[in-house]
Amino acid sequence: MAETSPSRVTYDFVTRAIARTLGNPGKGYFALLAAAVALLGVGIVCLLFLLRYGLGLAGYSHPVYWAVYITCFVFWVGIAHSGTLISAILFLFRSGWRTAVYRTAEAMTVFAVMTAGLFPLIHIGRQWYFYWLIPYPNERGLWPNFKSPLIWDEFAIGTYFTVSTVFLIMGLIPDIAAVRDVATGWRKKLYAITALGWRGTNEQWRHYARGYLYLAALATPLVLSVHSVVSWDFAMAIVPGWHATIFAPYFVAGAIYSGVALVITLLVPIRKLFRLEDLITVHHFENLAKLCLLTGMIVGYAYCVEYFTAWFGGHAAEQAAFWYRAFGPFWWASWTMIICNAFLPLLLWRKTIRTSILALFVISIFVNIGMWFERFVIIVESLAGEPFERFANATYNPTWADWGIMAGSFGWFFMWFLLFVKNFPAVSISEVKEVLPAPQRGKARVS
Amino acid sequence: MLAVFGHLDATVDAIAQLRRGGHTDFTVYSPIPRHEIEDALDQPVSPVRMFTLIGGIAGCAIGAWLTLYMSYDWPIVLGGKPIGSIPPYVVIMFEMTILFGALSTILGIAFNALFAARRLGTVAYDPRFTNDKFGIFVPSEPAQAGQVESLLRGAGAEEVRRA
Repeated sequence: MAETSPSRVTYDFVTRAIARTLGNPGKGYFALLAAAVALLGVGIVCLLFLLRYGLGLAGYSHPVYWAVYITCFVFWVGIAHSGTLISAILFLFRSGWRTAVYRTAEAMTVFAVMTAGLFPLIHIGRQWYFYWLIPYPNERGLWPNFKSPLIWDEFAIGTYFTVSTVFLIMGLIPDIAAVRDVATGWRKKLYAITALGWRGTNEQWRHYARGYLYLAALATPLVLSVHSVVSWDFAMAIVPGWHATIFAPYFVAGAIYSGVALVITLLVPIRKLFRLEDLITVHHFENLAKLCLLTGMIVGYAYCVEYFTAWFGGHAAEQAAFWYRAFGPFWWASWTMIICNAFLPLLLWRKTIRTSILALFVISIFVNIGMWFERFVIIVESLAGEPFERFANATYNPTWADWGIMAGSFGWFFMWFLLFVKNFPAVSISEVKEVLPAPQRGKARVS
Repeated sequence: MLAVFGHLDATVDAIAQLRRGGHTDFTVYSPIPRHEIEDALDQPVSPVRMFTLIGGIAGCAIGAWLTLYMSYDWPIVLGGKPIGSIPPYVVIMFEMTILFGALSTILGIAFNALFAARRLGTVAYDPRFTNDKFGIFVPSEPAQAGQVESLLRGAGAEEVRRA
């Protein structure tokens, strides 16, 4: 980053620039927050109707019993993956550019898992029985079935939420201490408590840096495992379109793809609102775009493999399922997914597009639309076109309750995210300083 | 004696001189972790790694115990597979390894770095140390104070004060 930042970016500049984001953010911020809360309100009203009248409102019809809620669940879990990728995997790879964007990505991870976790609860219909998933000795002495991928999923998501939250908090401690030391008034008191006594002594850094390294080393296999486990919710079943060995890497690549796209979507307005142009530069966006391009091409490859295997495998049910997918009643969803995810990001091969913030913003939104449809295609179309159920052909259509709750989930996510970036350092103060040249008495050396 | 430094290399010089002068119980403050400071201090590797290792092994064992105990406690044959089938349980064991490993790492950092800071609560501090200044706090007898002060100033301290 040293070569991409203006020379006026010094340690002090970084602290001031990031501490400023905690001040008055202006009208634009409050307008966005109000929109997010309003969307959340829509979701809550729809959820109340769903609770009162039951899951019939969600448009379920045999054999489509997994639909928009599970689609949203997989979508949000997927979004959660880029955060830990950027903060843990790129940390282990010593990628300097991650420092300016990783806090945003990590906060996004935590809030996306919080959003994802709501959907299985909404989906089960009788939310008050959710604790049946937890391994506790009930009155009949029964335990959960650990051979079921759904219980693996519960463990994977629970672990991911816990680990990504503590990872975010760990990274925040030195930064909260930094804003504590420049803050005034009640904020100073708040940050003094939440900094947990951090003073940046050699002893603290010694244990902290070690611990952070191990956390990153633990989080790295965790990222890859979580979406693999989510994919096994499907791949372990025999439904044509789900039962594929490519699912784990396919889902992981897709998850990182959608997550990086959402990081771009979120960073563009944040950079503007909080005037962080000096810290989050075009160079960072270009690197994010390259990650998007890489994972997007893996996803495109996976689409080809899916169709190729269906054809080459010669299995009638599998072939029928994929024919249904491309040319059945939901053809529009399949083609939206293919165009948005496999073709549109190919534009990123051009450097002029990778370095245009506006173009990246637009492409990232399309990628997320495409990735939502990918999950819809996999889940709903595989069930609706299930060849074992030929006489129960579904006329499934998402209803207002589905769309309302989905909109509410976006409101919920953005509300938490906006509150976070306003109240905590949205860019890591200490890590951005780490990639700057340290102040030297002698000739300035770039480390 | 609290010294404030504006430059990294000056801090490293001061650390080397203090060590040569026989001081061992001084504290270095820095806004970011730097290998130069670590090398100059030549500290042992943090014990946090033991927390991670023990937590990870404990998590894996708990995962194995959880799945196997719960399967044999109420044996039901599912899908014609053995009651205790290891391959699916590996997923749970793996997740528990990560969960317990991460949580015990956090405990390791907390015990070693954060709570320890409370014990040293009286040690002098300057709010600029989290911004752009480096600092060294040297506890010294009044008799030695003058000598320590001149050492710190000689190494390039911007400011030295008695705390």
